Amino acid sequence: MSTHDINDQYVRFINVKKSYDQRALVVKDFSLDIRKGEFVTLLGPSGSGKTTCLMMLAGFEDVTSGTIQINGKSVQDVAPYHRNIGMVFQHYALFPHMTISENLAYPLKVRKLPASEVKQKVKDALALVELDAFGGRYPGQLSGGQKQRVALARSLIFEPSIVLMDEPLGALDKNLREHMQYEIKRLHEQLGFTAIYVTHDQTEALTMSDRIAVFNDGVVQQCAPPSALYETPANSFVADFIGENNHINGKVESNDGKIAEISLSRGDRVRALDINCPPVGEPCILAVRPENLFIAGTGREYDNVISAEFITRLYVGDSIRYFFKMSDGAELMVKVLNDQDAPVLEPGTQTRLTWATERGLALDKPAGKNPVKAA
Amino acid sequence: MSNPELTPDEIKQADRNRRRSKLLATLFVVPLLVFIFVTFVAPIGTMLYRSFYHPTVSELIPNTLEALDDWSEDGSELPPNPTLNIFAVELKSLFEERLSGKLAEEINRALPGSSSLIKSTARLVSRADTAELETGGAALLFDSNSKWQQIELWQAIKKAGSVFTADYYLTALDLERSPSGEIVQRGTQIYLDLYWKSLKIAFYITLLTALIGFPLAWYLANAPTRIANTLMIFVLLPFWTSLLVRTTSWIALLQTNGVVNSTLQTLHIISEPLEMMYTQFATVIAMTHILLPFMILPLYSVMKGIDPSYFRAALSLGAKPIPAFIRIYLPMTVPGFSAGALLVFIISIGYYITPALVGGTEGQMISNLIAFHMQSSNNWELAAALGSLLLLLITLLYWLYDRLVGISNLKLG
Repeated sequence: MSTHDINDQYVRFINVKKSYDQRALVVKDFSLDIRKGEFVTLLGPSGSGKTTCLMMLAGFEDVTSGTIQINGKSVQDVAPYHRNIGMVFQHYALFPHMTISENLAYPLKVRKLPASEVKQKVKDALALVELDAFGGRYPGQLSGGQKQRVALARSLIFEPSIVLMDEPLGALDKNLREHMQYEIKRLHEQLGFTAIYVTHDQTEALTMSDRIAVFNDGVVQQCAPPSALYETPANSFVADFIGENNHINGKVESNDGKIAEISLSRGDRVRALDINCPPVGEPCILAVRPENLFIAGTGREYDNVISAEFITRLYVGDSIRYFFKMSDGAELMVKVLNDQDAPVLEPGTQTRLTWATERGLALDKPAGKNPVKAA
Repeated sequence: MSNPELTPDEIKQADRNRRRSKLLATLFVVPLLVFIFVTFVAPIGTMLYRSFYHPTVSELIPNTLEALDDWSEDGSELPPNPTLNIFAVELKSLFEERLSGKLAEEINRALPGSSSLIKSTARLVSRADTAELETGGAALLFDSNSKWQQIELWQAIKKAGSVFTADYYLTALDLERSPSGEIVQRGTQIYLDLYWKSLKIAFYITLLTALIGFPLAWYLANAPTRIANTLMIFVLLPFWTSLLVRTTSWIALLQTNGVVNSTLQTLHIISEPLEMMYTQFATVIAMTHILLPFMILPLYSVMKGIDPSYFRAALSLGAKPIPAFIRIYLPMTVPGFSAGALLVFIISIGYYITPALVGGTEGQMISNLIAFHMQSSNNWELAAALGSLLLLLITLLYWLYDRLVGISNLKLG
């Protein structure tokens, strides 16, 4: 506590473990400190333990081992209804037999607030989410986005210091989802609550969060701000899960602690940043993002060059994706902005691809199984 | 597009297609409609018709009744002699066809005590010549018994002879027509009491099934699948055993020297055996057992569909578990509860076998009396009237339910 302000450790998970059947661990040794007012996202594929962590914090699941602290105090023995944590559920969980106003008033009524105050707060909350005219309707009469806004307002109306959101936008279509991301961000900035957000959608995580904790298999793989996560992933799982990545198999030839030299299957030698590079002589993975890989001869030349055969291109709109095959069969993708410089290639053309050393990452091969594909 | 309108040919074609698909849909439904008509609409229609259509007497003595049409039953005069002669002739032929007993029974219903009079007179007139009766039948009747000079008897015969009558409904409602034609209360209340008792018993059963079924359905809906499936078998088990077996096993349990009494006596909880058999208690307890699945299944299916996050949301909003349960969970189970309650109530109000076997006189319901009139007293018309009133009562309850709760709220699974 000497080096940290209490506000830097507002919510603490300390070596938290969770098992449902006393054998398999769903969450393995999870530790995370969350700053007051921070927006932290737990990101991971389904079944990675992120929702379980949220439920343990909310008090709906008990902790098998370890401690969860809020504001310096363990919440072990605090019942969910005394934790004062707002929660937004995936399917909104708006009470269908109550009107929107009644839904919003419910947390205030159980707190026995005077009726006039309840009325005023409900009015304010409806204004906050721009649903002033909808107080008398039932949840069944609202659209998905409106329901989500009500759910959000209901979780905020009793002024909790922490708000948990469990895949709150999972049931919305793409346009609405983007709008709601903005809405949640706006409310977070306006009201300053501590938000813990669970999602399996990486774009959502990247755009909204102060920090993202990437979960896989019950373990936090990396917890960092979005830019760090994208640009310097800690391992091949994160590199693959966040954004798209080309994987090239190789062998470590030398490593000076910063830059590793890697030999590829056909004998090409390339250089890449050492992220978690295995020892010299071991097989490794070289990861390059599609937007950092360039087709040589289109105005870009870098230190690293490999040759590959052009297969096909996919027209996306704002960009064009070019697919290449290396001699060992590995497929590569290059993302090129759709401007005048986008080259036209004949299938089967032998092409050289190039990238800057600091844009290539030398990573450990994922142990055992294949890397988990992003959802 | 120069012309956005459909051409007459196109409209004709579209109409043809629509007609064909309609016809096809009808063909699919026809077998069901026929089945429902034969097994449901027709029998119920017959029953309704029978409850006020009563041609027996008019078929037995058609000529007499025709003659009686001209006679005013309000006056103080007997029917004219020619009419009585016709009656005597018909009575003779009825005796020869062995139908005079039936007539006696029918008239007896309208005027109790007239059965033996008709039977003995029929025997008497059968000995006389038909030709003789045609002229002196009236005198013969008066000679045989002075009761033939009572106006009430002829009134009764005329009344019994009318083809359409609401009298059975009056009887079923414990009403009768006074000699002056007014509708008055009967001396003894039989049927209304029984309707009321049936309603009460059905209500008790509904209440009991709800009290037992609700926690069980809740547990089933929230238990792990394996346990829930095993328990579900126990819920459904009654469906797979014969109704008679289940009812008889209740006899074994409840009788004076039955399992329940001997256990309680062995444990020295009671010294004298309790009289549980042939009581209202026996009817209620046995029928609760039989109808329990009808309450559990709709409740279970509704509870299964309630997302646990509603309850969690209530807790996270600061509600304690019991208030959250009452305010949030309970209202969501209403569709299942009302479906179960309606099912149980309507099934139990017309239940027959179980009250007949374990209910005795005290635990009897209206259906037992309907069966009595069908099988023992041979008064099908009254049985039909009682049945029709029961149908009306249930329809009324259903309507009431729709007004109060709304049928659209119903969820059977």
